[in-house]
Formats: sequence, C-alpha cells, structure tokens
Amino acid sequence: MRAANILHLGVKELRSLTRDPIMLVLIAYAFTFSIYTAATAMPETLNKAPIAIVDEDRSPLSGRISSAFYPPYFVLPKFITQAEMDARMDAGLDTFALNIPPEFQRDLLAGRRPTIQLNVDATRMSQAFTGSGYIQTIVADEVRAFAQRYRDIAEPPVGLALRVRFNPQLNKSWFGAIMQVINNVTMLSIVLTGAALIREREHGTVEHLLVMPVTPFEIMTSKVWAMGFVVLAASAFALVFMVQGLLSVPIEGSIALFLAGTSVHLFATTSMGIFLGTLARSMPQFGLLLMLILLPLQMLSGGTTPRESMPEIVQYIMLAAPNTHFVMLAQAILYRGAGLAVVWPQFIAIAAIGAALFGLALARFRKTIAAMA
Amino acid sequence: MNRDVLAQTGGPGDAAPPVACLRDVTLRYGKVHALSEVSLDIPAGCMAGLIGPDGVGKSSLLALIAGARKIQAGQVEVLGGDMTEASHRRTVCPRIAYMPQGLGKNLYPTLSVFENIDFFGRLFGHDGGERARRIEALTLATGLRPFLDRPAGKLSGGMKQKLGLCCALIHDPDLLILDEPTTGVDPLSRRQFWELIGRIRHTRPGMSVVVATAYMEEAARFDWLVAMDAGRVLAAETPQGLLKHTDTRSLEAAFIALLPEDKRRGYRPVEIPPRPAEADGETAIEARDLTMRFGDFTAVDHVNLRIQRGEIFGFLGSNGCGKTTTMKMLTGLLPPSEGRAWLFGHEVDPHDLATRRRVGYMSQFFSLYTELTVRQNLELHARLFHVPVEEIPHRVEEMIGRFELAGVADMLPGALPLGHRQRLSLAVAMIHKPEMLILDEPTSGVDPVARDAFWRMLVELSRHDGVTIFISTHFMNEAGRCDRISLMHAGLVLATDTPAALTKQRAADSLEDAFIGYLEDATAVVEADAPLRSDRTPAPMPAQATATEAGPHGWRRFFDPRRVVSYARREALELRRDPVRLTLALVGSVILMFVMGYGISLDVEDLTFAVLDRDQTTVSRDYTLNISGSRYFVEQPPITDYDDLDRRMRAGKLSLAIEIPSSFARDIARGRAVEIGAWIDGAMPTRAETVRGYVQGMHAHWLATKAREAGHGDALAGLANLETRFRYNPDVKSLVAMVPAVIPLLLMLIPAMLAALSVVREKELGSITNFYVTPTTRLEFLLGKQLPYVVLSALSFLLLTLLAVTVFGVPLKGSFLTLTAGALLYVGAATAVGLLISTFMRSQIAALFGTAVLTILPAASFSGMIDPVSSLQGVGRLIGEIYPTTHFLTIARGTFSKALNFSDLYASFIPLALAGPVLLGLSAVLLKKQEN
Repeated sequence: MRAANILHLGVKELRSLTRDPIMLVLIAYAFTFSIYTAATAMPETLNKAPIAIVDEDRSPLSGRISSAFYPPYFVLPKFITQAEMDARMDAGLDTFALNIPPEFQRDLLAGRRPTIQLNVDATRMSQAFTGSGYIQTIVADEVRAFAQRYRDIAEPPVGLALRVRFNPQLNKSWFGAIMQVINNVTMLSIVLTGAALIREREHGTVEHLLVMPVTPFEIMTSKVWAMGFVVLAASAFALVFMVQGLLSVPIEGSIALFLAGTSVHLFATTSMGIFLGTLARSMPQFGLLLMLILLPLQMLSGGTTPRESMPEIVQYIMLAAPNTHFVMLAQAILYRGAGLAVVWPQFIAIAAIGAALFGLALARFRKTIAAMA
Repeated sequence: MNRDVLAQTGGPGDAAPPVACLRDVTLRYGKVHALSEVSLDIPAGCMAGLIGPDGVGKSSLLALIAGARKIQAGQVEVLGGDMTEASHRRTVCPRIAYMPQGLGKNLYPTLSVFENIDFFGRLFGHDGGERARRIEALTLATGLRPFLDRPAGKLSGGMKQKLGLCCALIHDPDLLILDEPTTGVDPLSRRQFWELIGRIRHTRPGMSVVVATAYMEEAARFDWLVAMDAGRVLAAETPQGLLKHTDTRSLEAAFIALLPEDKRRGYRPVEIPPRPAEADGETAIEARDLTMRFGDFTAVDHVNLRIQRGEIFGFLGSNGCGKTTTMKMLTGLLPPSEGRAWLFGHEVDPHDLATRRRVGYMSQFFSLYTELTVRQNLELHARLFHVPVEEIPHRVEEMIGRFELAGVADMLPGALPLGHRQRLSLAVAMIHKPEMLILDEPTSGVDPVARDAFWRMLVELSRHDGVTIFISTHFMNEAGRCDRISLMHAGLVLATDTPAALTKQRAADSLEDAFIGYLEDATAVVEADAPLRSDRTPAPMPAQATATEAGPHGWRRFFDPRRVVSYARREALELRRDPVRLTLALVGSVILMFVMGYGISLDVEDLTFAVLDRDQTTVSRDYTLNISGSRYFVEQPPITDYDDLDRRMRAGKLSLAIEIPSSFARDIARGRAVEIGAWIDGAMPTRAETVRGYVQGMHAHWLATKAREAGHGDALAGLANLETRFRYNPDVKSLVAMVPAVIPLLLMLIPAMLAALSVVREKELGSITNFYVTPTTRLEFLLGKQLPYVVLSALSFLLLTLLAVTVFGVPLKGSFLTLTAGALLYVGAATAVGLLISTFMRSQIAALFGTAVLTILPAASFSGMIDPVSSLQGVGRLIGEIYPTTHFLTIARGTFSKALNFSDLYASFIPLALAGPVLLGLSAVLLKKQEN
C-alpha cells in the first residue's frame, strides 16, 4: 500500500467530478435548494384542514364558534346539513365535521352541560389527531369566553408548566433543515462513489488501473476519501451558510464535532456505495438498487419519524445501519449541544459498521475485479 | 474531389431503376455533420457496399435508407417512394430488412434463438404454421437449428450475426440492409456468413443488398462500392473501376488514394525492418499450459508460448476467443487456473506489483480518463507507475513529443479524433518505459492512414528500443506485419509461427485462407457430433409463392392485436429473465410498503420519562404513577437534580422530564396554587407535539380523578362536553390510516417506473430499431409494452392487499371487488404515465429518477395522501383533481376503512377509467416512429 497512490488516485476522482456537470448540479442542489425547500415546505401540523359545521343551534354562541375556524389552520368552514355530513366524509371532502345541537346556547347558560359532537376522519392521521386537539381547545375557549360574561369560572388547582427544550416553538423547519442535510449526506456519498465506480467500469478504466502497480485497496480507499471529502465540505457549507445563515436555525453544539461524526459516517456510506456499485452491473441497475436501499435508510433511521413508533424488530434491524446512529449523533450534537462525552457510543458504532462495510465492499470489489480481468 | 465524375459511372444495375436514390442528404448530430450533401444512386438487384473507417457516416446513411432515422435535409427515395412520407414508409417497411451495427444489436439477449425469430415472425403477422415452417427453413440454412433454445446473448459473435440475419429475412425482404455485419467475427464465420448471403441471393435474385463494412477484403467481392470519408462520398463505382481510377492494386490503397490531400499528407507505407540477429536468444515471455476457467467456461485452454525480447508477437482471433485473457495471464495481471508463466526468466506472480511496472498495457477501448486532459492523463499514469517526481515533467514532454500530441496536450481526450486517442493511449502505456507492451486490439475503428502511422510507431519501439510488443488484432493485414502470430479460437491456440510459414503450411493463398483452414479443422472436431452443418446441407430458402403477403389489410394495418400480443409476449419473457427488474416489481413494492407503513407511522409508544420528585409524598407518587401507568411512557430512574436532568436530556435519554415541587401535597390540600414543571425534548418536533398532547391529557385526567375523589367533580368539569368520534379508525392507529394510502402510492411509483424503463431501455440498448423498421404502429408498441406490467402490477396489488390485511392487520371493511376493479383501472393509468414519461427520456437512469420525481411528488403531495385535495390551492389543486392517485386513494380508503362499495364510489371511477386511454393516446402521439 502506498499513500501516494491513494492521494493521486483521489485527486483524479476529484478532477473527474469537476468535469461531471450532472453530479455537480446534484451536489449543489442537494446542499442548497433541497435543504431550503425541505425546511420551509415542511407543513405545520395543521394546514388548511377542511372542516364542516352542522349548526342546528344558530345562536350567537354557535356563530361565535363557527367563526373561530379560519386559515391557515383550517379552511373556512362549510355549513352543511346533518344529511350531507356522512356522504361528504365518505368521499373524503371533510376531515372534521362539528355538530352543534339545537338549543346549545340555552342549555349551556342553564348549566346543563350540553354536548357538541365532533366527527373526525381518522384515516387522515396527519390532521385527525392534532386537529381534534386544536378544535377541542378552540371550542372550549370560545365557550368559556362566552360564558364568562355571565358567571365566574374556577381555575384548576394544579397548573402544568410545559416547556419544550432545544426547540421551544417546535419549529419544524429547524428539524427539517438538519435532517435534510443528514439525508443528503447519505444519499450523495452513496450515489457519488457507486456511480463513479460504475462509470469507470463502463469506460473500462478500472480494468486499466489494474494493470498498474496499484491494489484494489488503494483504488477503493482513494474513492472513499475523495468522495467523502466532497460531501463533507458540501455539508459543512450547507450547515454554516444554509442552515445557520439563510434559515437561521440555531445550532447548540459544536459543528466541528458534528463534522467529525460526519466523516466517520461518510467512511461507512461511501463503502456502501462501492458495495452497491459492485452489485449492480449497470447504471440502471444501480438506480433500482438505490431506490430499495436509500428509502429504508432514510425513513427508518429515526430521521423522519421517532424510532419509538417502529416495531421493535425494525428498531433492532435498523441498528445495523450507520444512518440510525448518525441521526442520533446529529440530533444530540446539533440540537441538544451534547459533547463527545455523550455521543462517543455513536462514534464507535458508526466506525464499527463502517469498518465492516469497508471490509465487505473490499472483498466484493476484489472479486468483481478478478472476474472482470 | 472528382466525386461527380465517379458517381456517374454507375454500377451493374444500370438497367433497373436504383433501389435507393439520395439527393443532397445532410445529417447533423448537434454541430457534427454526419453526412454532408450526399447524393447517390444505389443500384438494385446487386451487392452494394459502403466502405470507410468508423464514424464517416456509413451507419447514418444506412439508417436513413432503412427509414430508422428521420431525414433532416435532402431527399431519400427507397423502392420508388419518398421516405419522408409516413405512408410510404409504412408500405415499404415490410419489404425492407435492416440489421443495425453491433453484434446482436437488434436481438434480445435473454431470449432464445427460437423466441427471437418467432417474435419477428409474429410482428409480420405470420400464423403459427407459417412461422414454424419459416423458422425451420432459416435455422437449417444458417446452421442454427441445434441451438434453438440457447439465449441469444450466449451465442458466439458469428452465430449472433446469423441469428440477426434470420430475423431480418423472416419476411422475405426486397432490400436487405446490413451495417457492418461481420465486424468482430472470426474469419470462418465471416466466410460462412457471406456464403449464406450468396445462397439467399441465389434463391431470391431480385433482392438488393446494401452492406457497410470496414474489411476491405470483403468489399473487394461486392458488385458495387461507395467509398466514404467524413460524411462525404469519395467515389461510387465497381471495385474494379475503383482500382483502375486510382491506379492501385488493393482497395485499401485505393481508399487512401481517394482521401483528401491533407489526410494523406505524411502517409508512408509501413516498412518493417528485419529483427537484428543479436536480439535472438533471450526469452521475454514463456508460458506452459496456461489455462483459465470462469466457472464452467474455459476461456483459455492449455496455451504454450515463448516470445523473444524485441519481438512483435500477434494474436489473431475473433471476439471472445481468449486473446485478452491469455495476455493478462502471461503478464501476471490475472492468476491462471492452471499452468505457469515466466517473464524475463522470473516466474510471474500476480500479486507482485513490481511486474506491472515492467509492462505497458493498452486496451481496446482506449480506456483513458475522459475527464482529464491529455497532459493530466500522462501525469497521473507517471505518478501511479512511480516515475520519480523530478523526472515526471521531462517524461511527459518526451511522450508528448514522441507521439505527436503537442497540439492537443491540454484538451480532453473525448474531443480528439480516434487516431489521436490511440496515440495518447500508447503514450500512456509507454510513460514508465516498460520492457513490454501489451496492446489489445489497439486499431479497431481507426482509419487506415492513422492505423499505418500507429504501426510505424510500434515498429520503431520494437526495432529501436527493443520493446517486446504483444498485440492482438482481427485485421489480417496487421497480423501479417507481426514477426510471429498465434491463431486463436475458442480458448485454443491453433498454430504459432511466422505469417509466411503459416500460409505456406496450409498451402493457402493468404493468411486469411490459412486461418480459415485451421478454423475448419478445429470446428470440425468440436461440432463433429452436431447433426447439421450449415455448409454441408444447404436447405432451400422459404419459397416465396406460399408466403402470405406481408402487409395486412384494412384496419389491421393500423392496429393488429397480433403485433400487440407479440410485443407483450416478448416483454414478459424478457422481464421473467431479468432478476433485478422482476425483484423490483414484486419484492420492491413489498419492501417499500413496510418502510412506509412504519416510516410514516405516528403511533408513538414507550417514550422515556423521569421525575424529579422534590415532594416524595403519596400524592406526588400518585401523579408519577398516573403517567408511568399509561402505555405511552416508560419510567426511567428518578432525576437527582437539575444537572442530572440537563445531562440526560442532552444525551437524548429522556423525552420528558417532570419536576414536582416540594410541598406539592401540602399546597394542594391547602388549596394554594401549585405548578408542576414538565420539560419536553423538542429535538424532534412531531414527537414533542405528541408528548405534549399526552402530558396535557394525563394531567387533565389526573385532575378530574382527584376532583371526583374529593367529591366536587362538577366544579372542575367543563361547561360543555365535546364528544369526539374518530370515525373509520376508532383507535386512531397510524397503520390503519397509512396502509390504504401507501398502496396507491406504490402502485403508481413502481408500475410507472417499470413501464418507462421498458421503453427507454430499448432506446438505450438499440433494439428500439425493431420498432422503427417493422410495421408495428405506435399504439401497438405501447400497448404491447404496457400489458405485462398491468398484469404484474395487478399481482403486486393482490400481494399488497394481502399484506395489509394479514401482516399489518388493517381490515378490509368494504367491497373487495370494487377495490380490485379500481386497482386495475389505476395500474392501467399508472403504466400509461410511465409510457408518457418514456417518450421524452433517453437514458434509463434519467427515466428512473425522472419517473420517481414525477410520480411521487403529485401522488404524495397533491393527491390527498397527507392533506386532502380540498385543502389545496392553485396548481397543486388542479393536479390533485385530475391525477389518478386522488381517485384511487378515495376508493382505497373508502373500501378499506369506510366500508363503502361501488355505488358509493362510482364518482371516483369515471376519471380513473378515462385516465388510462387519455394518457396512452397522448404517449402514442408523442412517441417517435423514427430516430431523430
């Protein structure tokens, strides 16, 4: 093994990359526009939820409740009849239907605790759960405010002071921006190395390298460092200028520590890219493989939904993926300001997975190359 | 030059009208002129040849005549009609057969010999008996009869070309167009191929044949020739006429004489001085019983060789006969399965990198880094070969000077003509001054002038620098220049000697004849047990009289279900034999269903929490128990102080931390205001929101319970009740909600992607030409492509539904028949979306990602999967209203969760039923029947 070979071959990879406009555009897109849209387009929990109201009371109070629903959380409510309600919900036109019974206001003022019925289309998870909470609060507030004009209302004896740490406003763009950086780090490192390997195979230049005094280990290591370096630099740029700068997301912890973690992660993912590159015989096959690999990596690693929501077996399987640990590490460092004392287990896990992937990829790479020669 | 004069002399078919007339035909690819104002009359009823090196426009010209490529400028008349008119093309295409360039380019490699021919027979509307008869006659004539079940991809080069010919001849064409049919084929197969053409012409004397070839020896036997260079016609007349006009003795020389002045400049014939006697003796390479096996396949079979220092040693043989593998083993690049080799007296060790430094290698594809400039390529190789750093600049300059690359040193290799790239490859191979050069078919595709210049360099390296040169080629005249050659076939070395000695041993006229003699001996042994030999039992060609007229009549001309079925059958067969695509089609959707089902799930349970209990009373413990008793939270060891709280939250160990103040119980009892503190980990906002909801609910519940226990329930209860009914999914389970939505998404994404790939794949691999030149109409082609994927997607639908009900436990409450009917219409539309996308995609990789983006975005964002269409606005709303996913989503949710049936959902069926035909029609309009 010669370090000089690895260096020169890596420089060659970088030079090749600068001449590949498609990949350059992909990198630029992934670390600017894509992060920006992922951060800003992340819908708030409740966004224009369609609501219909069956108002059988037609009192000032029912009018007051109806007018409390407005964009952006809700669309302006449609007033429908009891009969229309089922058909509209079956057709999926409304997520919520609020049924205000006759004599609601009178019963309320008489202290008879009347009941409003809220129908929720629970097949629409995204809106159903949070939406019904909002509606409950809105209705309760309106009723209370209305009733307060007529009598005193007791405060509950024990208060609950809820504080959200690390992201007090639960601003989704904070989360979306950083998770997009993480997803793009994985995606690009796999695509760049895998595609570079396949392109070399298609052009016959890998074969050419083999007649030179270089070993498969050197060829592979050069790709790992070169592509890893590009993605690392791009993600550092994205973190500083896009996430902190343009999107002004506060970063609690040390960016240097995060980038150190990213390098370890890149070691694992670039190895994975090479492994996939040896499995696929052509670009199209690589593309198909990518679809089946990348999506699970991104969606089940805890970067999209909480790991707690997955079945245990899935949680265990996903511990074998570097992404899972990288997401933990990134969340700990970037949001919670954790230091190395906290995240060292993730560093070790990713490094171990990376070493295994690298070994696997190298064995596979040697084998395919022997078959090609 | 004197093109006009020569063109007028015409060929032997003067009496009959020409089979093809071209007037001022110009063809451009971007800025490159492939053809410039070509005017030509190709005589009918004879063998007409196009000669010239690669890239001079021969293939473009043939594609225009065949109607496979769109005419940009000028006039092309073939078989008496204008080829710009679609109606004429449709009329004559059953009379034309076209075999594009590249071994087996128009064949389907995973299909067997029989299936390939059968497919073409079906396209031309032959019925079962007719096809069987024709296939028998054709395979008998070509000697393919014993190999009917072998996949086309596993045939040798010669057999592939014979199969291509069978496919081309199945419909008795009047004009046969062959684009370099014998390139890369061994000389015996080449000779058999031309004999076959001869016999076919004998049985069908009226048939015209137009051939492009790079072999001048072959061209000498044609009736009439067109010499081409740089998109222009240099001359067009009989071979004899060409020789006479140029006053030369060989066609190769005649061609060089016809080249414009600036190309010929500096041309000198190759002269090879005899090897100096004193060089003899030292052995550069020696091999004993070298054997290489790849699985069952023996690529190289017990090869013995001895090559001397400074010798030019040639390997002659067809593609895939083991030349390259032998070379690599001899020089230690590939460890042999058996046998030994010595390099300069040392035994070759493949793991010894030092050996590689003594060898320079140049492969047949000039595998240079096209992203690096000429100079950068040289520098990189110098570094990798460990040329001392201080010497590199000097060495690079030396190579640039020696191989005449000064003018192009800072250009990218991709932009250079082939001849320059070839010299650069040689320079790269020589940069570390190796003692031996291995050149694997270094001259393919290079024009004769550049080829000879290259040989002069080789001669100088050998004679002047004493470099041992080991070269493989399939050009006979190049083999003749070697000091010694080995004839190889199917992994065996047939003979090794000087070219002259070999010719003499066989008492042959030429090296080619000698080689054929050896080949015939070798194949006679191999095929002795094969009952049918093509040249011994020439079968009669299919009789014309019994042939049904190829052109169908009436409506079948525009839409013939048989052709649809033919395409569908073929697509299904190919798909069945492509594991990667098949896996994606069936397993892919299952994997993705799991991923999405769990990945989008919002059911959060087992969240971690811990308590900082400063009160430590039964009341405070009761509060804690209220939380830890629920299925949502799991209690962790208590928090000791704020530092502990902070540390554990930063580490992500706690999703929720509760602080109960001291004197909590006492204050409640006294009715004083107390406050419980709760910290939520906000790193993941969705999870934090869920936690917040849970905590608020539990807090309220605890208060209510306490109040009831204390006996003043009413005071705390609200003023009014809000009774929430979660309909269709009473437990508010994510999976129940997500799974019926994921099915429509997957049934859009994967069928569309597969359908798009199926068309674009043909574009990329070249077999789309079969659609261009056969009577298949656009709609037939598209429907044929679509059918297998509709069936496959329907299967996938059943699989997904089964999974949803069993594994995910989502009950199907409504009508299964309604869901299935909707799914069938939907996958029809989804595959049509893919076909539509395929009409404007060129590469498979673009089709793959293009389809992913174009289907996922509208399906996931605008179709009501997350936000209902009714809450969208603007363009998103418009797309949502018409996109098929919207309507199938309503059907899927309706049947799965809402217990609906057809009468409730018919409104969603109408747009869904329209979508498929509309999209398919649009694709048919946009699909091109010719290459641009």
